Amino acid sequence: MSRYSIFSLARNALNYHKDWERAWRSAELKSEYDAVIIGAGGHGLATAYYLAKEHNMTNIAVIEKGWLGGGNTGRNTTIIRSNYLQDSSIAIYELARSLYEDLSQDLNYNTMFSPRGVMMMCQTEHELRAFQRTAHANRLAGLDCRMIDRTEVKRLCPIINDSPDARYPILGAYYQPRGGTGRHDAVAWGYARGADERGVDIVQNCEVLGINVKNGKVTGIETSKGSIKTAKVAVVTAGHTSVVMEMAGVRMPVESVCLQALVSEPIKPVIDCVVMANTVHGYMSQSDKGELVIGGGADSYNNYSQRGAFASLEHTVTALVETFPIISRLRTLRLWGGIVDMTGDRSPIISKTDVQGLYVNCGWGTGGFKSIPGSGFVFADTIANDRPHPIAEPFGMNRFAEGRFIDESVSAAVAH
Amino acid sequence: MLVIKCPVCGVEGEEGDFHAGGQAHIARPASSNPENISDIEQSDYLFMRHNPKGLHFERWRCDRGCGKWFHAARDTVTLEFKGYYAINELPPVELMEQAKGYWAEHFASAIKSSKRPKS
Repeated sequence: MSRYSIFSLARNALNYHKDWERAWRSAELKSEYDAVIIGAGGHGLATAYYLAKEHNMTNIAVIEKGWLGGGNTGRNTTIIRSNYLQDSSIAIYELARSLYEDLSQDLNYNTMFSPRGVMMMCQTEHELRAFQRTAHANRLAGLDCRMIDRTEVKRLCPIINDSPDARYPILGAYYQPRGGTGRHDAVAWGYARGADERGVDIVQNCEVLGINVKNGKVTGIETSKGSIKTAKVAVVTAGHTSVVMEMAGVRMPVESVCLQALVSEPIKPVIDCVVMANTVHGYMSQSDKGELVIGGGADSYNNYSQRGAFASLEHTVTALVETFPIISRLRTLRLWGGIVDMTGDRSPIISKTDVQGLYVNCGWGTGGFKSIPGSGFVFADTIANDRPHPIAEPFGMNRFAEGRFIDESVSAAVAH
Repeated sequence: MLVIKCPVCGVEGEEGDFHAGGQAHIARPASSNPENISDIEQSDYLFMRHNPKGLHFERWRCDRGCGKWFHAARDTVTLEFKGYYAINELPPVELMEQAKGYWAEHFASAIKSSKRPKS
């Protein structure tokens, strides 16, 4: 496969761009693989890429019911940060964030990582203290993060309403300068191209219909394009995890709910960082196209429809209009919903299961995009060596029975 | 948007008028057998949830009406409410029979006993 560079761009420009190679093959499904990954989203493709690159497993397939990157990978608000409270979370999210820094070079594909800084607003005394605690935990873990005061918040984000009379006044913020945003589609496409280049078959429009288990071991899967023999199956299907795992008779401690986001009409640059306001429940950044990218809280009831409640959106927008009065008369350009899988402690599950050869990576809930490279890296290692990677180990499914929760739902700096 | 009708006071509204209370019919193991509860049973009670794509059984509260809790059967794909029943009741038999997967297992004995002729 040809490398993308300034020279390939120039060469193709001279040919009127008629000779660009396809970024990945449209692979035919074979009847046998060393491993099959179900779900060609960011996490699934990253897993395939690192399996091929780090573990030399190239006789593998990624199968996808819809189209590549068409689920939550294409439905998030592209925020990348790692300032979580618990040590296990810091380890995996910081691994992901640091991999994002060099991802464009590693993949030879521009993933447009933009470390523009992420600010988590402190709008009550309690929130201020909670973030100070997180700040200390993060500094102990060696993360480049710091508390900033109201003046610096205003300097970094002039459009913010810093009036002391606001219903929730800005008291300061918790700032991760090396956090930011990336280009979500490019992450999926880059990993797909990299995996394909190493021989991985990516098969789209191929729905898994059953997982064959014999004597407690995976023997293969049934798909809409035929049967596949394989000893290893990795389920990376986010909102549909419960549905796919039920095919192998494994119950999952997750619930699927809808999380929505929206973008405004494009405007000139007004905000060059990411602002998260968790007390009022909304977060905002600006895309390179000029749209304000806005997200908020998830809906409160189970949902597989990718259509959420208007009430949730209204709540988010109300909060952000209060925080950024300048946006009050902007129109909504697009809004959408994705089905996210929530665990009880709001931390992911990266785990072996009671069925030998069946692996699961799910439960990323509202924070999947930021973790794609780290999740793929440790999950690939877990699959290749049939034991949890040290960073993945705390995220095993058995933690719920053992009481080892990685509790990010009440303690973390995150909008849930 | 959901269209929800409270079976207690009869008001109709959308999800903002009601409160979603999560999965219904979760029995606390310790209430019947407090001594011999295994970690698995307790963690299943706390964290394991039916998460069907299709017919689901839930608790809801009539927040801006009568304030009462009630049960509802809802499709998680079409978001349609299929039926309502009281907070201390099992679903109507015809709804239990439509249930699939883990819910079908859950209701299997209840369906069986409802079919038994009353002596």
